[in-house]
Amino acid sequence: MNAPVRSAKLIKGATGDWEVVVGIEVHAQVTSNAKLFSGASTVFGGEPNAHVSLVDAAMPGMLPVINEECVRQAVRTGLGLKAQINLRSVFDRKNYFYPDLPQGYQISQYKSPIVGEGEVIVDLADGTSFTVGIERLHLEQDAGKSLHDQHPSMSFVDLNRSGVALMEIVSKPDLRSADEARAYVTKLRTILRYLGTCDGDMEKGNLRADVNVSVRKPGQPLGTRCEIKNVNSIRFIGQAIETEARRQIGILEDGGRIDQETRLFDPVKGETRSMRSKEEAHDYRYFPDPDLLPLEFDQAFVDGLKGHLPELPDEKKARFIKELGLTAYDASVLVSERESADFFEQVLAMDGGGRRDGKLAANWVINELFGRLNKEGRDIAASPVSAGQLGAIVDLIGEGVISGKIAKDLFEIVWSEGGDPRAIVESRGMKQVTDLSAIEKVVDDIVAANPDKVAQAKAKPTMIGWFVGQVMKSSGGKANPQAVNDLLKAKLGL
Amino acid sequence: MTDLTKLTLTEARDGLAKKSFSALELTDAHLAAIEAARALNAYVLETPDQARAMARAADERLAKGAGGPLEGIPLGVKDMFATRGVRTTACARILSNFVPPYESTVTSQLWRDGAVMLGKLNNDEFAMGSSNETSAFGPVVSPWRRRIEKKILSESRGPSKDVAGPDLVWKGMKTSEEEIYDTAKLVPGGSSGGSAAAVAANLCLGATGTDTGGSIRQPAAFTGTVGIKPTYGRCSRWGIVAFASSLDQAGPFARTVEDAAILLRSMAGHDPKDTTSVDRAVPDYAAAVGKSVKGMKIGIPKEYRVDGMSAEIEKLWGEGAAMLKAAGAELVEVSLPHTKYALPAYYIVAPAEASSNLARYDGVRYGVRVPGRDIVEMYEKTRAEGFGPEVRRRIMIGTYVLSAGYYDAYYLRAQQVRTLIRKDFEDCFANGVSAILTPATPSAAFGIGEKTSEDPVEMYLNDVFTVTVNMAGLPGLAVPAGRDSQGLPLGLQLIGRPFDEETLFTLGGVIEQTAGRFTPQRWW
Repeated sequence: MNAPVRSAKLIKGATGDWEVVVGIEVHAQVTSNAKLFSGASTVFGGEPNAHVSLVDAAMPGMLPVINEECVRQAVRTGLGLKAQINLRSVFDRKNYFYPDLPQGYQISQYKSPIVGEGEVIVDLADGTSFTVGIERLHLEQDAGKSLHDQHPSMSFVDLNRSGVALMEIVSKPDLRSADEARAYVTKLRTILRYLGTCDGDMEKGNLRADVNVSVRKPGQPLGTRCEIKNVNSIRFIGQAIETEARRQIGILEDGGRIDQETRLFDPVKGETRSMRSKEEAHDYRYFPDPDLLPLEFDQAFVDGLKGHLPELPDEKKARFIKELGLTAYDASVLVSERESADFFEQVLAMDGGGRRDGKLAANWVINELFGRLNKEGRDIAASPVSAGQLGAIVDLIGEGVISGKIAKDLFEIVWSEGGDPRAIVESRGMKQVTDLSAIEKVVDDIVAANPDKVAQAKAKPTMIGWFVGQVMKSSGGKANPQAVNDLLKAKLGL
Repeated sequence: MTDLTKLTLTEARDGLAKKSFSALELTDAHLAAIEAARALNAYVLETPDQARAMARAADERLAKGAGGPLEGIPLGVKDMFATRGVRTTACARILSNFVPPYESTVTSQLWRDGAVMLGKLNNDEFAMGSSNETSAFGPVVSPWRRRIEKKILSESRGPSKDVAGPDLVWKGMKTSEEEIYDTAKLVPGGSSGGSAAAVAANLCLGATGTDTGGSIRQPAAFTGTVGIKPTYGRCSRWGIVAFASSLDQAGPFARTVEDAAILLRSMAGHDPKDTTSVDRAVPDYAAAVGKSVKGMKIGIPKEYRVDGMSAEIEKLWGEGAAMLKAAGAELVEVSLPHTKYALPAYYIVAPAEASSNLARYDGVRYGVRVPGRDIVEMYEKTRAEGFGPEVRRRIMIGTYVLSAGYYDAYYLRAQQVRTLIRKDFEDCFANGVSAILTPATPSAAFGIGEKTSEDPVEMYLNDVFTVTVNMAGLPGLAVPAGRDSQGLPLGLQLIGRPFDEETLFTLGGVIEQTAGRFTPQRWW
């Protein structure tokens, strides 16, 4: 693997620059009502062992039957990752003993996954983007949960998660920094949420990552990697990579050697520690699960799913830029969450059919609404201003009924009191004055009262700003700024 | 009243229809026979209350004319089948306390059709064995005994000095022609030894079995009963304790070919809970019995003439072929060149799958648990004490052949051999062969303890003629065709095309017609 060196990402060490190389395996819980091979519910929470079927408990003679919705979700995800969809894949058994693994094996896909190579385009905060290769995506069962803190001498097992469908999405070692890794997982999560194939809820453990980290001198072959297991937040992914890269650089610069091993990240202590070495690694004795036939479907099945895929963030962003004239930055902000993009598109859409001005709508959604939501730590779903209300505000500005300044006041009222923006403007006399004769009178009064300023303005035309301000002030902000400007220019002979 | 246990299933069905006796009477007769035959150790659990309740319900349905195809027919169930609320152990210590809250698909179909459950039948532990000697409940004793001598007795009232001995008994003194039997206990074969012994000894009208490498056909051959392993996918595996998933199939034991056909019709069928079961209509198998075999091409595979094959088996095979020929079938020599690799490949694939299938018996959720200091020690103690030596051996073999570095050399290669074996059969059937005739076993039944030597391969060799059929997923019928010099029954095997069990019943019927039926002398 000799991906180009992105020099800005290098880490300075005592012996020179080091490049960190990262690959990530994301375990994403498939959004489905039932588990991968049993009819048991996948609802989060519930009493321990409330969602356990005979299959999940591995009772004698029980057999797995594939949940077709999970297959559709995996294919949709593969399509969203622009990946190869394998019309034939095979479920294998990964054998190991653990109390929360009732069968004594996990049903997974080893040699023949359902999805092959694909890619994710990742945008960085500096406006640049890079591509991360996807190695594969496969379906597998989640394990149950061991509870070690419920009893002084015994451990308990909760099998509610046992058998829930996971998609393991394996990236190529294309990431070169903690920032890139965070951005990649963020983008991948966004795509999954757009597709509706995983809710991406990391707090519930519905999206977790195993992070493979190695370091090397630029241009050198890949170093020995360590795998950091089960990192459960995007922030921790970044911290784990930085911590682990520094650990490895330290060892190498001291003349040591990296042992391939599995490690755990402790966010409290800010360190990774060894979980098991390569020698202690399990021999999983993979072999094709004889209880399941190879998973086969035809291209028409794939095409059917493809035809109903939602618009994905990259496509949506491109459309916002091309059709609405948004900046790349604004478009990125809007598409970063499906809910935000949906909200924006609802603001854009007019009742009768047409479309509001994209730039104006984007400005109001991003700067006013998102700004305010962020300030109050609220989610878009909890916005007190609906898309319809914001659309009405944008309309009032566009129609020249209110000025931008008044619009901000109006937004405040709608935010805290609710109500129909148009009715509020009417009832509270917030309408912009566009009656030229009324404005002219104000202009005339101010010109007459300030002969010295008039003289200055004739010499320095930018002084017009002072006059505009005075007129707006005296009209209570309701005068149409463009009309004021035009009138002043005429009166002052500019 | 005549002994109701001596009826065939078909005769019993007719008798019930004609109200010659009730289902309850039929069941009671069998329960009494079971009680009197405990020396055989065929049943590991008798369920008389359940049997009588089912029989009464059957009588009610029969009275209303609403009986199913097996209404009131008492059957035994191999302990590999989960039976709801009835202890199901696979004859393994580790499951000795297991009572499933579910019923296997195959048995639920039998009850759906009106059958009555008499109890659970002994088998080798987890169906691993060819003699029923690995059962945690101890071995099953075959109802058959070796005949030492057949002589015309004088009128003397006691054993004459030259034939009497500690191992000899007199079997009756009333007729002039008497048979003298060796009291040495014989195995009924395995793993479905309880099923075979119970059917042969009239302890049920039929029984379920499972067959992974010959576990129905070999005991059928050893006990003079009819047994069929249907095509892989014909019967649902749901609720049957798994041994080797890609080889396991359920099938019936009965005393006649027609009875086996009737039972299979109820047992077979698609089950959405088993992905490997096949969605294909179930024919009326019994209707195939008695059809003409004229013009059928019967393959005689030369590779089954194995080294050291006994003259008796060779003779039996020839006689069976002659019976089919006499009925109008055409005999053709065929070649199944990869046969010699079948047994070694089987003893890789089956243990590999078993090592994984048996991982769930860990003492955590159900079954026997032996406590330990920590989880690893608990696993080790539970599994060391819960599994018998043969099961442990196969788990070890299976774990080994799947290990990193050995997978390609063993498991992968065995699967490749399996593909070649399947192709051998496909080529054969593509040449117009309707079925293949082979011996079912290399010998007649052997004595308990005779083959439990240091070398397990000696036991494994029992499966030499039957494993190929499982490896290829084909149907195989064992039908009694003669006796050896000691009077023990010998069986022949008919191997058919996928899902062509009907042809096997037709051909089996011809052999049965010619060779007759084989019934052990009651001594127990």
